[in-house]
Amino acid sequence: MQINLTINGAEQSAEVEPRQLLVDYIRSTGNTGTHIGCDTTSCGACTVLVDGTPMKTCTMFAVQANGKTLTTVEGLKQNGELHPIQTAFKEKHGLQCGFCTPGMMLTSAALLEQNPDPSEDDVRWAISGNICRCTGYVNIVKAVQHAGELIREN
Amino acid sequence: MYPPAFNYSAPTSVEEVLATLAKEGEGARVLAGGQSLIPMMKLRLASPSYLVDINDVDGLDYITDVNGHVAIGALVRHNDIVKSELIGSTNHAMTDAAPWIADPIVRNRGTVCGSIAHCDPEGDWNSVMLAARAEVVAQSAAGERVIPIDDFIVDFFTNSLEPGEIVKEVRVPKYTGRGGGAYVKLERKIGDYATVGVATQLELGDDGKIAKAGIAMTAVNSKNTRAAAAEQVLVGETPSDELFREAGNAAAQASEPETNVRGTEEWKREVVSVYTRRGLETALAQAQAQA
Amino acid sequence: MTTTADQVGHLHTPPEIGGIGHSVRRHEDDRFIQGAGNYVDDIELPGMLHMAILRSPVAHAKILSIDTSEATALEGVVAVVTGELMAEHNLAWMPTLSGDTQAVLATDKVRFQGQEVAAVIATHPYIARDALGLIFVDYEELPAITSPQQAMADGAVLIRDDKEGQADNLAYEWESGDKDVTDRAFAEADKIVSLETHYPRSHPSPLETCGAVADVDPASGQVTIYMTSQAPHAHRTVFALVAGLPEQNIRIISPDIGGGFGNKVPVYPGYVIATAASLLIGKPVKWVESRTENLISTGFARDYHMKGELALNSEGRILALRTEILSDQGAFFADAQPTKFKAGLFHIVTGSYDYPAAHVVARGAYTNKAPGGVAYRCSFRVTEASYMIERLVQNAAYDIGMDPAEFRALNFIKPEQFPYHSPTGFVYDSGDYETAMRKALGIVDYEALRKEQAEARAEGRLIGIGMASFTEVVGAGNSKDYDILGLKMFDSAELRVHPTGKAILKLGVKSQGQGHETTFAQIVAEELGIPAGDIKVLEGDTDNTPYGLGTYASRSTPVAGAATAMISRTLREKARKIAAHLLEASADDLDWEPGKFFVKGSPEQSVTIQDVAFAAYTNPPPDEQPGLEGVHYYDPPNMTYPFGTYVVVVEVDAETGEWNVDRMIAVDDCGVRINPMIVDGQIMGGLTEGFAAATNQFITFDDEGNCIGSNFMDYLVPTAWETPRFELDETVTPSPHHPIGAKGVGESATVGSPAAYVNAVIDALAHLGVRNIDMPLLPDRVWSAIQNATG
Ligand SMILES: Cc1cc2nc3c(=O)[nH]c(=O)nc-3n(C[C@H](O)[C@H](O)[C@H](O)COP(=O)(O)OP(=O)(O)OC[C@H]3O[C@@H](n4cnc5c(N)ncnc54)[C@H](O)[C@@H]3O)c2cc1C
Ligand code: FES
Ligand code: FES
Repeated sequence: MQINLTINGAEQSAEVEPRQLLVDYIRSTGNTGTHIGCDTTSCGACTVLVDGTPMKTCTMFAVQANGKTLTTVEGLKQNGELHPIQTAFKEKHGLQCGFCTPGMMLTSAALLEQNPDPSEDDVRWAISGNICRCTGYVNIVKAVQHAGELIREN
Repeated sequence: MYPPAFNYSAPTSVEEVLATLAKEGEGARVLAGGQSLIPMMKLRLASPSYLVDINDVDGLDYITDVNGHVAIGALVRHNDIVKSELIGSTNHAMTDAAPWIADPIVRNRGTVCGSIAHCDPEGDWNSVMLAARAEVVAQSAAGERVIPIDDFIVDFFTNSLEPGEIVKEVRVPKYTGRGGGAYVKLERKIGDYATVGVATQLELGDDGKIAKAGIAMTAVNSKNTRAAAAEQVLVGETPSDELFREAGNAAAQASEPETNVRGTEEWKREVVSVYTRRGLETALAQAQAQA
Repeated sequence: MTTTADQVGHLHTPPEIGGIGHSVRRHEDDRFIQGAGNYVDDIELPGMLHMAILRSPVAHAKILSIDTSEATALEGVVAVVTGELMAEHNLAWMPTLSGDTQAVLATDKVRFQGQEVAAVIATHPYIARDALGLIFVDYEELPAITSPQQAMADGAVLIRDDKEGQADNLAYEWESGDKDVTDRAFAEADKIVSLETHYPRSHPSPLETCGAVADVDPASGQVTIYMTSQAPHAHRTVFALVAGLPEQNIRIISPDIGGGFGNKVPVYPGYVIATAASLLIGKPVKWVESRTENLISTGFARDYHMKGELALNSEGRILALRTEILSDQGAFFADAQPTKFKAGLFHIVTGSYDYPAAHVVARGAYTNKAPGGVAYRCSFRVTEASYMIERLVQNAAYDIGMDPAEFRALNFIKPEQFPYHSPTGFVYDSGDYETAMRKALGIVDYEALRKEQAEARAEGRLIGIGMASFTEVVGAGNSKDYDILGLKMFDSAELRVHPTGKAILKLGVKSQGQGHETTFAQIVAEELGIPAGDIKVLEGDTDNTPYGLGTYASRSTPVAGAATAMISRTLREKARKIAAHLLEASADDLDWEPGKFFVKGSPEQSVTIQDVAFAAYTNPPPDEQPGLEGVHYYDPPNMTYPFGTYVVVVEVDAETGEWNVDRMIAVDDCGVRINPMIVDGQIMGGLTEGFAAATNQFITFDDEGNCIGSNFMDYLVPTAWETPRFELDETVTPSPHHPIGAKGVGESATVGSPAAYVNAVIDALAHLGVRNIDMPLLPDRVWSAIQNATG
């Protein structure tokens, strides 16, 4: 089936099998920052913003992205500038192996859109659909709050 | 993990959805949030030949207040319930249950009606709907019918829809008097289904006695189950610790949990009893707080 | 120079250089935060095919026949590989890291659910998956053995009938310590405290599963394998030995790794099949396992059934320890561990305490479960050991009516006793256990908390305070005692300073998220004064890095970190000579401060390390080789022994058995901290895994041998919501024998924390007489313990 969609600002169209998972489609476009960590919609490594809302793309079909606008980790940087969430993840050591990081950052960026000054509980709640096996989350929480500060300063 | 092949269309109107379902017959299934169906397909536990995606249908994402009930359309997502002020002010059990369904991202996609249709005995919504005595609006090319939730839930992953029918909306009655409700869920972590869940709802008469009671249980029977005897214990009585304890015991009696990796049968029954009591206490406090 | 206490607490380098002690932001993060990491699944090669593996649905069965005809006929399928085909190439079996054998593709029988039975190679991963459904295998089921007790019972069906001379299901038997001395101590004891418990089967399950892209060039015979490997050099050698390929033609590239935790130490059948398939077909073959495959077939951890006893005298001094282990090894004995030690380093079980006698007996049994026994964020069974002793001492304190903290203090090895010779043969390098413990207790205000606990009890509320004062043993290891498959457990570092003063450091270890690209650059920065940001660290490519045994068991800092310091020092000595040449002074007349040599007494006469580097290529002294480069292989003189105290406060719901962590305090001592930010990150990650183990995360099996815990809906990895909010602190006791005094920290928290969580729940119930609940402390288990205790 033919689909038309926008990924990170670039319009594209493609011919896909209905059963192709959105995550596989996204990865096939070279946006390999979107990862796969499970089979059961549990880990959130595949999280992408679909029309601004975090979605687990391993549990959507590519055909369902027809007409949608997607932001993946590769699209966080705008005009050569890192998104505050990216700066903050590095600054606060919010990542170790980096495998969960794209999904974590996208979920967090969506939270900060709604609430640029989240409490620790707000952050922990918002990222509870994303598993990190490395960090123990403390520094991720700090990173998200720090990104909020950076956003508020601007 | 990759799903088996299927054919697909995404109609933009209910009529088209119904027509496609009628045409494709047996092997066709509705795709709503996909948060149950797609994982099952990926694990190859389901292999529909045709998916009718309803996500592009306009006007199914309503939460409206009509004639003493709240109508929830087929494309209302779990997170819409979390955010809904109307639900917040009319049904405490729903407000309680919504944030603990799946995880925040799954809630962006999964639908209330899809969950109701799915009839997973570990799903939360059907217990809440039983406690509230909700009704399901089923629609097919032939027309519409309203099914009481008790009749809608048939068994383990089985509802009473006829072939070609979809769930168009669910109707949740509002409290008629001072009312309150709760949903108490034991989950092992975010993203886990209930090990035990209990939905409770109470309405008080002018005399302070319990006029209506709803109690239903998740994950402790082969389907979400009303604890009718426990409701009987309550109706017409003056609320008290003792009464709630008795209702808890009656609910536990009505549960038939299995011993598995999540815990023993004996313990699950105990949790049903404790959670029923705790839920009723919360529901009562809410009801009493109303003027 | 060896590090002394003077190094503790003050920095030798300014932030611009970023040597030891600076929380330098990680160099590797720049690519990860932009989604530009390069993991195995991101690798695409021209003409690449995709592999999927058919796995056994049953735990134990004879294979009667395999029909691959329909699968082969499916459009897009290039080949179907079975054990028979592998056997033709002598590849149906391979050695494990414990010297046993493991089936690559089953030929005779399947011995666990999830075992590899056949593989499909296709043009697209979806097609490969479809074809699995078209392979028909006829199994004749055999009784499944699902516990080591069952395996060791008389008349148990023999699992390893493939092994010549194997008459029963015993995988190994091993002991340590002195039985007679220990038994005598027990005979004289005033009190004996015992504990029988199970450390359940667990799985590291890093977020990235295992996988490989095998690329065999039919023209040249060059074999390039991109794989999720924590130990690429060792894996290359294994491939050379297994497949008989010339080692110089094998190149293993371990790209970015999405977490390892021990899971990526063994060689798995999937790697071997993909390589064989690429060899046969002449095209690159990619294999990436699903989460389910990861959980049901790759290296599990733990699964120790443990009995322990402490002999005490009337004052509460420990006299001796006796333990007996029965381990569940699964179908193939595949523990990744040093050859000499069949139960890993479990004999560190004497812990942080001083007593003269101990005896450990360990036996392992084959069962119809997945093989593994990997060191899951652990130095070879230290986790089980630490858990055993910390649970035992806590119980001992209750049984003799002493406060658990005071009981520990009484029995701790004292600072002046180091180096301390343990009764099972370890030589602890350094420690100050009581200081760390008092610090942790101070943070929670232990005395006030005990009062609060008593008051709560009076109201029927159950508060518990648990602790663990663990000692780890990491940094394997000196070549006398430590090898894997004969390969000595040294590690290496190769350093080249380029003419412009920028350096490249190549290592034999492999980061999986630990931040090597930053930490190791900081060691060079410390020693050579080159800014850490000017140093590139390269790992994971066997053609371009010096030989090393890899990253696991917290050995990178103790071993490769030491190698890095040593080679930096060697180059500094050469640099000194070049500096002398430039300054026209004698080398002995030069002083060094990070980044600069100067003439003693006249600091204005100086050259920078960058000047020296330039001169090394443009103006070397006549009697010196040009260049500034070298390699160091470091064979550690001893292990290092990190330690600490963890304190956990919980509240238990007496009605349902649910429990919550109110506080979690971790005081760690890992010697000198190279990058404190990274150290804290490692600790918090480990504390989370300890929490997981204590609460929910385990793998179990039903009576038929079906795996329960085969995906993330059943194998429960905590999210940010459940994970406790950790409070960290530190003490610093440098390792006296390590060049920079560092001890390694990646695993302390996984090792030390499970006992702290469990002890906290036991503490809440101790007054009822509860002394054990097996992990994980599921609410029903806690509830039953309360019911049984209160009747
Ligand atoms: C990780 C995870 C955790 C979860 N945890 C929970 C939990 O704790 N509690 C809980 O209750 N649920 C949980 N769920 C399930 C989630 O709530 C799903 O959203 C829900 O079960 C199904 O809704 P859906 O819209 O996604 O339906 P789909 O997956 O699209 O469909 C499910 C089934 O219902 C049918 N169907 C859907 N909509 C209709 C309709 N309008 N008319 C007729 N048939 C229809 C489909 O054909 C299919 O058979 C979890 C899911 C995931 C992935
Ligand atoms: S890969 Fe999508 S949730 Fe795990
Ligand atoms: S950083 Fe490794 S999974 Fe999060």
